[in-house]
Amino acid sequence: MKSTFRIALLTSTLMAGAAWAEDVTLTIESWRNDDLSIWQEQIIPAFEAANPGIKVVFAPTAPAEYNAALNSKLAAGSAGDLITCRPFDASLELYNQGNLADLSGLASMANFSSVAKSAWQTDDGAATFCVPMASVIHGFIYNKDAFDALGIAVPTTRDEFFAALDKIKADGTYIPMAMGTNDQWEAATMGYNNIGPNYWKGEEGRLALIKGEQKLTDEAWVAPFKELARWKDYLGDGFEAQTYPDSQNLFTLGRAAVYPAGSWEISGFNTQAQFKMGAFPPPVGAAGDTCYISDHTDIAIGMNAKTAHPEETKKFLEWVGSAEFAAMYANALPGFFSLNSTAVEMKDPLAQEFVSWRGKCQSTIRSTYQILSRGTPNLENETWNASANVIKGTETPEDAAKRLQDGLASWYEPQK
Amino acid sequence: MATRKPVRWHIALFLAPAVLVYTAIMIIPLFGTLNLSLFNEDGNVRVFVGLGNFATLFGEPLWSEAFWNALGNNAWFFLIHMLVQNPIGIALAAILSTPRLRMAAFYRTAIFIPTILSFVIVGFVWKLILSPIWGIAPGMLDMVGLKSLFAPWLGKEAYALTTLALISVWQFVGIPMMLIYAALLSIPDEVLEAAEMDGITGVSQFWKIKLPLILPSIGIISILTFVGNFNAFDLIYVAQGALAGPDYSTDILGTFLYRTFFGFQLQLGDPYMGSAIAGAMFAIILVGVCVYLFGIQTRLRRYQF
Repeated sequence: MKSTFRIALLTSTLMAGAAWAEDVTLTIESWRNDDLSIWQEQIIPAFEAANPGIKVVFAPTAPAEYNAALNSKLAAGSAGDLITCRPFDASLELYNQGNLADLSGLASMANFSSVAKSAWQTDDGAATFCVPMASVIHGFIYNKDAFDALGIAVPTTRDEFFAALDKIKADGTYIPMAMGTNDQWEAATMGYNNIGPNYWKGEEGRLALIKGEQKLTDEAWVAPFKELARWKDYLGDGFEAQTYPDSQNLFTLGRAAVYPAGSWEISGFNTQAQFKMGAFPPPVGAAGDTCYISDHTDIAIGMNAKTAHPEETKKFLEWVGSAEFAAMYANALPGFFSLNSTAVEMKDPLAQEFVSWRGKCQSTIRSTYQILSRGTPNLENETWNASANVIKGTETPEDAAKRLQDGLASWYEPQK
Repeated sequence: MATRKPVRWHIALFLAPAVLVYTAIMIIPLFGTLNLSLFNEDGNVRVFVGLGNFATLFGEPLWSEAFWNALGNNAWFFLIHMLVQNPIGIALAAILSTPRLRMAAFYRTAIFIPTILSFVIVGFVWKLILSPIWGIAPGMLDMVGLKSLFAPWLGKEAYALTTLALISVWQFVGIPMMLIYAALLSIPDEVLEAAEMDGITGVSQFWKIKLPLILPSIGIISILTFVGNFNAFDLIYVAQGALAGPDYSTDILGTFLYRTFFGFQLQLGDPYMGSAIAGAMFAIILVGVCVYLFGIQTRLRRYQF
C-alpha cells in the first residue's frame, strides 16, 4: 500500500515534470516598445490560449538601437526565436547571413499579395523570409476644431493647402504646422516621402529610379524639395531644435493645426488629443489629378534560423499570417494596417480615413527603401539630412538633389 | 658572500588579477579591433586588405570629408574644454582654497554633483532647458529683456557644437576643480608664509607661487581632457542622435565610429571600416598622449617639499 502510494507520487512528479518541460518559451525581438502592453495583454494571451504549452515573451528594444542590438545578439547567438523584420535590406542582409530562416513554405504566406511580401523577399522573389504584418500610410492629420473655427475646408490641392496654412498663420491662434528638424527623419519620412509620390507618380517614378531611367535631379524629384522649402514659414518658432516628441505634443496639446503624419500616430493621438481630428492625403497639383500615397510596408516577423524551437516558432508565424491575427492587430494598433488579403473591419474613424485612401489613390512605398540604400553614402540617411537642410533653408532644393544624386551615382551602377 | 635574492613571486601574484582583467577587457579587444581594421568583406568571405580600409577612409572624398569633419569638430570640442572648463576649474579651486570662504564644502559639492550624473540625464535636462517650446531658457532671457538673444541653439549648425561643448563643460568642471583643489591644499604653509614675508600676497601669490606649483596637475588635467574628449560620444548621441545633426555639425569621432560600426536605420553596420576609424582614433589619442608625455611632462619642473 505504502509502496503503491510512493510509486503514484513518484509518477505524478515525473509526469508533472514532463508536462513542465513541454512548455516552450518563445522570445520576440522587436523595436515596437510602444506596443508592449498590447502584445502582453491582447495578442500573446490569445495565442497562448489557442496553443497550450507555448509561452511567448515580447522583448522590445528602443527603435533607434534595434538594428545594432539585434545584429550583436544574432552574432552572439543570444537573439530571440522570433525576429521582427525591418523592410528590405536590413532583413535581406540577415537572411543572406543565414540568420533568418526561409519561410516560403509557410501555408499562411498564401494570404499575402506579392506587393505585401516584396519587402521581405530576395531580389528575385524566390524566397520569402518574414510574414508581413502591417504597413503605415502617410498623410496629414489636422485639428478639426481649429479648421472649423477658422472656416477652413479640407485642402485637396496644393494651392488650397498653402492657402489654409496662410489663413491659420494670419489668425495666429495656432502654429500652422507641427514639425521640427532636430531629429531629421520626420523631414524625410513625413516630408519628402509623404508629399513626393504625387510628383514622381508613385511606383512609376520609384521603379524608374531603381532602373536608372530617372535621376534624383529630375524635376519630379526636385519639386518635393521645393515644396518642403516653403514649409519653413509655417513651422513653429525655433523649429530647428524641435524634436519629434515636441511636435507630437504641440499637436496633441492643440497648439498646432496640421501635423505631417504617419498613420502609426493614430493610437497615441487618440489618447492624448482632447479635440476632434481628421486626416487628408498629400494634396495634389490640380483638382482631379491622380493622388499617390506612401503606403509603406513597414513591419513583418521572421524566424531566427538558429532557434531551438523551430516547430513552435512556425506555429506562431502561421498564426501571425492568419486573418484572426490581422483583425486583432489592426484594431489593437489603429494606424498599422494589415497587409493580409482578407479585408479587416476597423473601428477607429481616423484609421478608416487613412485606409480609405487605398481605394482612391495609388499606393507606393518610400522611394529610398528598396535597393537604393544599399551603398555608402546611404541614400535614406542622406535624404534625412537633405530634407532637414532644405526645410531650414541651409541648402537649396537643387543642391540637395544634386548631392543625393552624386552620392547615389557613386556606387549604384544603373545611376552612373 | 651575498645570498641570491629569492624570486618575489608575490608581486606577480598580486598584480595578476588586475593584469588579467585589464588584458581580457582592454588589451585583447584593442588588438582585435586593430586586427579587424586590416580586413574587409568580399561577398561573405573575410579577406585581408592590409591598409586598404585606411586608404578608403583617407582617400575617398565621401569618407575623408566625414572623417575630417568629425576630427575638426572634435578638435573644437576639445578646445572649448581647454579654454573654458580648465580655467574655470582652476579659478574655482583657487577661490575654494581661500581660507576665508564660508560654506566652501557646500559649493564644492554642488559644483561637483553634475559630474556624477548620467549623460542621459544631462543631455535630456539641457535639451529641455534650451527647448524653444517648453524650455525655461527663452522665458528667463525674456525676463531680463534679452529674448532677442535666444536662438534654437541645438538646432543651428553654427551654435550646436559649441552649445554641447559648454553643456559638457558644465557637467565636468568639477573634475579639474577637485584635482587642482587637492594640489593647492598640498602646498606647504611654509612656502606661502615665506611668500607673505616677501610681500607676495593675494592674486600675485596665486600667479607667482601657487600656479607654478600646480602646473603638473594642470598637465594631467589637460591630458585627461584630451583623452576624454576624443573618446566622447554619449552626450552627442543623447542630445542629437547618431546622425549628429544639424547637418553633421556635431559629428565627432565617437558618433562617426558608432554610425559606421553599428549602422544606422537603413545603413548596415560595417565592422571593418568601423575598426579602421577606431584605429585612427587610437592613433590620434596615442600621438596626443606621447606628445604630452615626452614633449611636455619631462620639461615640467617639479618641486620637492
